[in-house]
Amino acid sequence: MRQYLARRVLQAAVVLGLVSLAGFSLLHLAPGGPAAIYAMSPTMAAEDLDRITRELGLDRPLHVQYLSWARGFLTGNWGRSYRDGRLVLEVITDRVPATTVLMLSAFTVAVLLGLAAGIVSAVRQYSLFDHLATSLAMVALSIPTFWLGLMGIYVFAILLRVLPPGNIGTVGAEFSLPDRLWHLVLPAGTLGVVMVATWSRYTRASMLEVIREDYIRTAHAKGVAGGAVIFKHALKNALIPLVTLAGLQLPLVFSGALVTETIFTWPGMGRLFVDSIGYRDYPVLMGLLMFTALLVVLGNLVADLVYGAIDPRVRLS
Amino acid sequence: MTVSRREVLGILAGGGAGLALGPLLRHGTVLAAQATKRGGQVVVALSQEPTVFNPNRPHIEVDRGVHFGLFDSLWRIDERAQFHPNLAAEIPTVGNGGIGKGGLEYTIKLKRGVRWHDGKPFSARDVKFTHELITNPKFGAYSKVGHDQVAGVETPDDSTVRVRLKEPFAPFMTAWGDTYIVPAHILEGAADPNTHEFNTKSPVGTGPFRFGSRVAGDHLVLLANAGYHGAAPALDRVIFKYIPDLTVLYTQFKAGAVDVTGLQGISAEFYAEAKSLPGVTVHLHYTPAVEYIYVNHGNPKFKELAVRQALYHAMDKRAIIDQVYYGLPKAVEGYLPATSWAYNAELPRHDYNPDRAKAILDEAGWKPGPDGIRAKGGLRLSFSNATTAGNKLREQTQALLQQNWRAIGVDMQINNMPAAVIWGEFYVKSKFETLLVGIQASVGDDPDCLNRIHSKYIAAKTGSGRNVSQYENPQVDRLLEDGVREIDRAKRRAIYQKLQEVIRADLAYLPIFSYVRIEGVKQGIVNYRPNPYTQVNNWNMHEWGWRA
Repeated sequence: MRQYLARRVLQAAVVLGLVSLAGFSLLHLAPGGPAAIYAMSPTMAAEDLDRITRELGLDRPLHVQYLSWARGFLTGNWGRSYRDGRLVLEVITDRVPATTVLMLSAFTVAVLLGLAAGIVSAVRQYSLFDHLATSLAMVALSIPTFWLGLMGIYVFAILLRVLPPGNIGTVGAEFSLPDRLWHLVLPAGTLGVVMVATWSRYTRASMLEVIREDYIRTAHAKGVAGGAVIFKHALKNALIPLVTLAGLQLPLVFSGALVTETIFTWPGMGRLFVDSIGYRDYPVLMGLLMFTALLVVLGNLVADLVYGAIDPRVRLS
Repeated sequence: MTVSRREVLGILAGGGAGLALGPLLRHGTVLAAQATKRGGQVVVALSQEPTVFNPNRPHIEVDRGVHFGLFDSLWRIDERAQFHPNLAAEIPTVGNGGIGKGGLEYTIKLKRGVRWHDGKPFSARDVKFTHELITNPKFGAYSKVGHDQVAGVETPDDSTVRVRLKEPFAPFMTAWGDTYIVPAHILEGAADPNTHEFNTKSPVGTGPFRFGSRVAGDHLVLLANAGYHGAAPALDRVIFKYIPDLTVLYTQFKAGAVDVTGLQGISAEFYAEAKSLPGVTVHLHYTPAVEYIYVNHGNPKFKELAVRQALYHAMDKRAIIDQVYYGLPKAVEGYLPATSWAYNAELPRHDYNPDRAKAILDEAGWKPGPDGIRAKGGLRLSFSNATTAGNKLREQTQALLQQNWRAIGVDMQINNMPAAVIWGEFYVKSKFETLLVGIQASVGDDPDCLNRIHSKYIAAKTGSGRNVSQYENPQVDRLLEDGVREIDRAKRRAIYQKLQEVIRADLAYLPIFSYVRIEGVKQGIVNYRPNPYTQVNNWNMHEWGWRA
C-alpha cells in the first residue's frame, strides 16, 4: 500500500511538472501581453508600457521566467498578480469559499435527486417515470448552461420577482444566512439541473447492471423483501462505479463553473479565471492551472483509494 | 408604489432604519424636495473590478473611480473645466503669484489642519514624497507626465510646496490635478513600495471616503470620512459592485439591485428601453474620446492625401451613427470635444460623396484594375482593418465601411483580434494597416497631444511616445511644441485651433464620431454630474446624496 502511494505521488509530480511547462509555454507564446490593458489610457506612452513590461520581468528569456516561477512555486511563493500586485495564493484562496458553497450545494442536490431518480428508473425500467426521467435528462444535458441561467433570471427575477437576479447576497446589506441561501437558489439550481441529469443516468445504468446479477436473483428467491434487496444488496454495489464520477467531479467543486458564475455574478474561481485571461495575468493563471491540476490528481487518487476500501475485488499494490 | 419581494427581503436581511428606508426613498415617490438627506448608500455597478488602490501604481479606469473617493489631489477639475482647490488652499495663478518665472515655478499653498484617515497630520512633506515616489526608478509608477518635467520640489514650510520646472510646461496644472497625494508616513519606510499592503488592502488617504471592506471579485465598500477637511459627504457609504457582463449589469439595474451604472454604462441597444424604465434617469454623457479610422502613415498606400480624402468622402458617417449606434453619438471633425476651451468649431464638415471620392482617386492616378480594385504604380488600394474582436457595434461599422469603400474601388479586409493582442505591440509599435479605434487625445481639459502626433514620438521608430499612426508634419510639430510652452490661455487657444485646422485639412486621422456613454441613475440621487474631464463619473461622490 505504501509502495502504491509512493508510486502514485511520483507519477503525480511528473504530471504536474509537465502541466506547468505546457501551460506556461502556451500562455506566454500566445500573442498579446499584460501591458495592453494600459495602452488605451490617455496618459500612456510607449516608454511607460515598456517600463511596466520590464518591471513585470517579461523582458527576460522565457526559460528564465519559467525557472524563476517554478522555483517560487516549489517554495510556496506562487508570485504576484500582474494586475494588482497581490500574492497569487491569496488571490486564489479568497475566491475558494464562494465557489465551494455554490458547487457543494449544486453537488448535494444533484447526488440526492440523481440517485433517487436513477434508482426508480432502473427498478421500474420502461415505466412512464423512466421514460419521463430519461427524456428530461436528455433535455437537461443538451441545454447550454448560459441559456438555462438567463431563462431562470428572466422568469424568476424579472417576471415573477421571487428570486434575486444574481449576486452572492443583497448588495450593500449585512451578512445574513437566509439572504445568502435565497441568492443561492438560482445559480445552484441551474448547475444542479445538469448534474442531476448526469447522476441519474449513471445511477440508472449501474443499477440495471447490478439487479440482473445472480446474487440479486438469489436474494429475491430467498424471499428477502423487495426494498431490502434494492437498498441493501443492489444499491451498495451499484454505487461503486459512481465513486469514479464523484472523483472526477471533485475538482469542479473548487475550480468553479465559469459560465454560471459569470451569469449570476458569483465571485468564484471561474470568474477569476475569465478576468485573469482578459488581463493576461500570467501568475494568477498559472496558479489557477496548478491548483486545478492538483485537484484532478488528488480527486483521482482519492477515488482509487476509496475503490480499494469498498470493493473487495480491487486490491491496490 | 410597489416594493418588490427582493427589497422586502433586503430589508429583513439588512435591518436597521437607514437601510429599511433606503428602498422606499429610492423609488422617488417620497415628496421631492431639493434638499439632500444625510446618510444612505449608493451602489455603483462596474464591469471591471477595482483592485489597485495606490493611485500612482499602474491602474485602469475603475481603479481611478476608487481613488477619487479615497484620495485628494492639490486641485480638482469640475465638469466645466474649472479647477477647484482640494489640498491646495488656492489655485496658483500668475495673478496671485502662484505661477512665477514665466511658468517655471509654481508655489502652492496648502490647506492647514488636514488629516490622513489614520489621524496623522498631512503636510507639504507628503506632496514632495508623492512626487519623489513617482519619479523613483525603483517604483513602478503609472505615469510620469508632469513629474518628469520637474527640476526640484522644495517645502519652505509645512504648508507650502514649491515646484521648479526644467522648462515651461502648460499642462502642469492638469497633470498635477490628476496626481493623488499618498502618505509619506506609511510608504516612506516601506521595504518595497511596489508590494506594500497599502496598494491593495489598506489604503490611507485624505479623501472624503475611507476604505471600508472588500469582498474579492464581488464588491468594495467606501465609508464616509467624518473628519473630511472639505464639505463632509452626504452619503454614509458608496458600494462598488462588480458585474462583469454588461447585459447582466443592465438586468440588475432594471431589477433595482444597482443605483448607478458606472463606467461603461448601458449598451446602446438597451437605450430605448432604459429611458422608459420607471424611477430612473438616463444620462447621455458625451466623453472626449473620438472613434477614428487610424491609417498607418508609414504604409506607402496612405502617404498620399488624395487617398485619405477619398476614404473620408466615401465613408457614410450618418449610416454608422444612425444604423449602428442608434443615432446617439455626434459626428466630429477634430480630436477635441465641443466642450473644450480650445475647440475649433469652424472645421469643414464631412461630406459623404462617393462620386467625389472616385474623382479624387481618378485624378491622382489610382485606376481600377481588372478586379475593380484601384491601383497605382503596382500598389493596390487593398488593406486590412483591425479592431477589438467581439465588439459587435464596431464589427457592424466595419461591415458598412467595407461596402462604402468597395463602392469606390477600395478593398478592406477585416482582421480583428482580442484586446490583449491588438492593443499590445501591434498597436503601440504601429504594426497595423488601419485601425478602428476610440482615442481620447486630450488629457483632462488640456488640449495638448504632443506625444500622439509629434514626429519625435513615433514609438515604432524612437521607442518613445504613442504617435502610433506614424504621422509626420513639420508644421504640426511646431504648433505642438509652441502649445506646451505657452502659458497664456488665449494664445494657446489660437495655437490649438490652428492645429485642429491643419490636422483636419491633412486628414491625419479619419474622425467618425465622439463617444456617448449612456448612464442610468436611480431617481432621487442628487448631484450626479457627468464630467468629460475625468475618466469616471463618480468624481464627485462626496457631493452625491439622496433627495430629502
